[in-house]
Amino acid sequence: MPDWPDVQLHVVTGKGGTGKTTVAAALALALASRGKTVLLCEVEGRQGIARLFDVAPLPYAERRIAHAEEGGGDLYALAIDPEEALLEYLAMYYRLGRAGKALDRFGVVEFATTIAPGVRDVLLTGKVYEAANRNARNKGARHYDAIVLDAPPTGRITQFLNVNTELAGLARMGPIKSQADAITSLLRSSRTVVHLVTVLEEMPVQETADGVAELREAGLPVGGVVVNLVRPQDLDATQRGELLAGGVDTAALTTELGRVLDRDPGPLVDVLVAEGRDHAERRALEDRQRAVVAGIGVPTYELPRLPGGVDLAALYELADDLRDQGMA
Amino acid sequence: MSTPRASRATARRGPLAGHAGEPPVLDVDALLDDPATRIVVCCGAGGVGKTTTAAALGLRAAERGRRVVVLTIDPAKRLAQSMGIDQLDNTPRAVSGVEGDGSLDAMMLDMKTTFDEVVESQASPQKAAQILANPFYVAISSSFAGTQEYMAMEKLGQLDRTGQWDLIVVDTPPSRSALDFLDAPERLSSFLDGRFMRLLLAPARGPAKLMTAGFGLVTGALTKIIGAQVLRDMQTFVTAFDTLFGGFRQRAERTFALLQAPGTAFVVVAAPEPDALREAAYFVERLGEEQMPLAGLVVNRASTLPDGGLSAERAMAGVERLRESGSAQAGLAAGLLALHADRVRIVEREERLRGRFATSHPGVPTVVVPALPADVHDLEGLRRVGGLLAGD
Repeated sequence: MPDWPDVQLHVVTGKGGTGKTTVAAALALALASRGKTVLLCEVEGRQGIARLFDVAPLPYAERRIAHAEEGGGDLYALAIDPEEALLEYLAMYYRLGRAGKALDRFGVVEFATTIAPGVRDVLLTGKVYEAANRNARNKGARHYDAIVLDAPPTGRITQFLNVNTELAGLARMGPIKSQADAITSLLRSSRTVVHLVTVLEEMPVQETADGVAELREAGLPVGGVVVNLVRPQDLDATQRGELLAGGVDTAALTTELGRVLDRDPGPLVDVLVAEGRDHAERRALEDRQRAVVAGIGVPTYELPRLPGGVDLAALYELADDLRDQGMA
Repeated sequence: MSTPRASRATARRGPLAGHAGEPPVLDVDALLDDPATRIVVCCGAGGVGKTTTAAALGLRAAERGRRVVVLTIDPAKRLAQSMGIDQLDNTPRAVSGVEGDGSLDAMMLDMKTTFDEVVESQASPQKAAQILANPFYVAISSSFAGTQEYMAMEKLGQLDRTGQWDLIVVDTPPSRSALDFLDAPERLSSFLDGRFMRLLLAPARGPAKLMTAGFGLVTGALTKIIGAQVLRDMQTFVTAFDTLFGGFRQRAERTFALLQAPGTAFVVVAAPEPDALREAAYFVERLGEEQMPLAGLVVNRASTLPDGGLSAERAMAGVERLRESGSAQAGLAAGLLALHADRVRIVEREERLRGRFATSHPGVPTVVVPALPADVHDLEGLRRVGGLLAGD
């Protein structure tokens, strides 16, 4: 049984450089591999999804980018653009006719999406809300079992999701306010979780812990922490202890290496032991951060650092790892 | 802003034909020691170690005798504490523990206060108070996309004008894109010159001129969507702000010119990852377009390989044979070889990525900084990073 059976909206955030988009994509694949119809959204205009899946840049339209051969799951992707979202919203909810075009011509659309604070975020989350609550206004639109949102980074996530607070003082009533209220009720419901991606280093872990505290304070549901880029686990605790204490039996090591390598292992032994000690030191630091992550008190998932980088095959592997650990 | 600037979707710039070569080495000490260097801007994608690089460059320059101020945007708590800049008062503070004849001051940018100060310096006290209390201003000054970038530039201009320091090192905001820093003033300018602004100003300036059919349609639609109250707030804000626009634009233009001045050097920071290097590539090309002086590229967090290792393939072949054996020493040998293979693969990948960058951007002086086992949060750590940057 996966950990988030009733969740429809998975928001994925993380500090820059931790692999937030990769994790969002892997989670979306994992969900689709279970036979679900999944939508993966990005909101930062980066075309990160297209790059990861090696497909053409995504338009403001839901495009199918992956299909599960078994189980029939489908993955769709959408790059949400605030200007398009505003025009679509206006067309859907207001029969503005010529006024709608005038808004664009007078620079109101541009103003609202690049300048007006908070409005941009309401538009972006508003589109996600629309995809999660398809209604008769959007005729023939697809229903999704799950939506994965590649969201802004941890430092900005609470502000991004806290659309009501952002608009407070600006729009105290009127349609924008009620739109924000509707979005907020979805984001604070049990249909939503916010997952945080981190690596096992001090600063990202601290930022993750701070992010969780902020989300909780804002009443936003915290999901799991995905620990990404975990170092290889080739040495066990005893071996690492030996390396750290300088207690490696180098003679025996030389014999073993000499047996399998067709060269004099002499100089190599020192290199390998030095590398091993360095690795053991970093693993110890990782363990300390892992304990901090565990202290946050939410489910955690770990993904390995892949030496070859992330391509489609790597995404499949990461998706499989998330499935095995119960995230999807 | 007097020069027209291209948008993001611009043509690539480069030699267009060429093969990989070793890039020249970025001589950090020569850059920092040159009295002509007055401003160093560290930019790059989020999460690549910009703040640490900026602080390390500042410390090194100070310890080599210069009077330095470092403007950081969002430093990690412990680093800020160790530099004594963890209180947000928007004023540079002397950093203690700096060795040598130079001096180091540091500060953390307070975006809102900086914005407030600009308003106060541009408007009469009464008008300033009116603007500062407007809900629309409060929102813009604390969360307007680009305010942080713009205010970082504004602060840089302020620090420069004091003449108190002979080197200013600037960290840039953790934007989605490194280019945001350069685009912020233009965004402000388009805000000020936008059609919508003029529209909001229309009633104050006399409705006759702009009272077109379009205008009526737009205000009607806006009232319907955002409500009359928001529209009124916006109008009050814009009207009050109107007289300040000229001053704002002038300041932004001056700061932009400062970035193009010969005493300025951009240091582009990246990690050996495709996304970070792609951002760096765009930034390097953009600097070329803007005729802004690029000092070089810092590739942080690089993996390193000692001499005398094995290829990944040979190491993995050894692992396979050792795993068949099963003794404790064989287990350790296999583990060490597997780790070695992993490391070799990572280093090869990073070298390939840097090589691709060097081919498309030849001649960009580069320094590669090895990954440190732990985060830097004291002067000693910064000193160490400074040494690595300088190739000690």
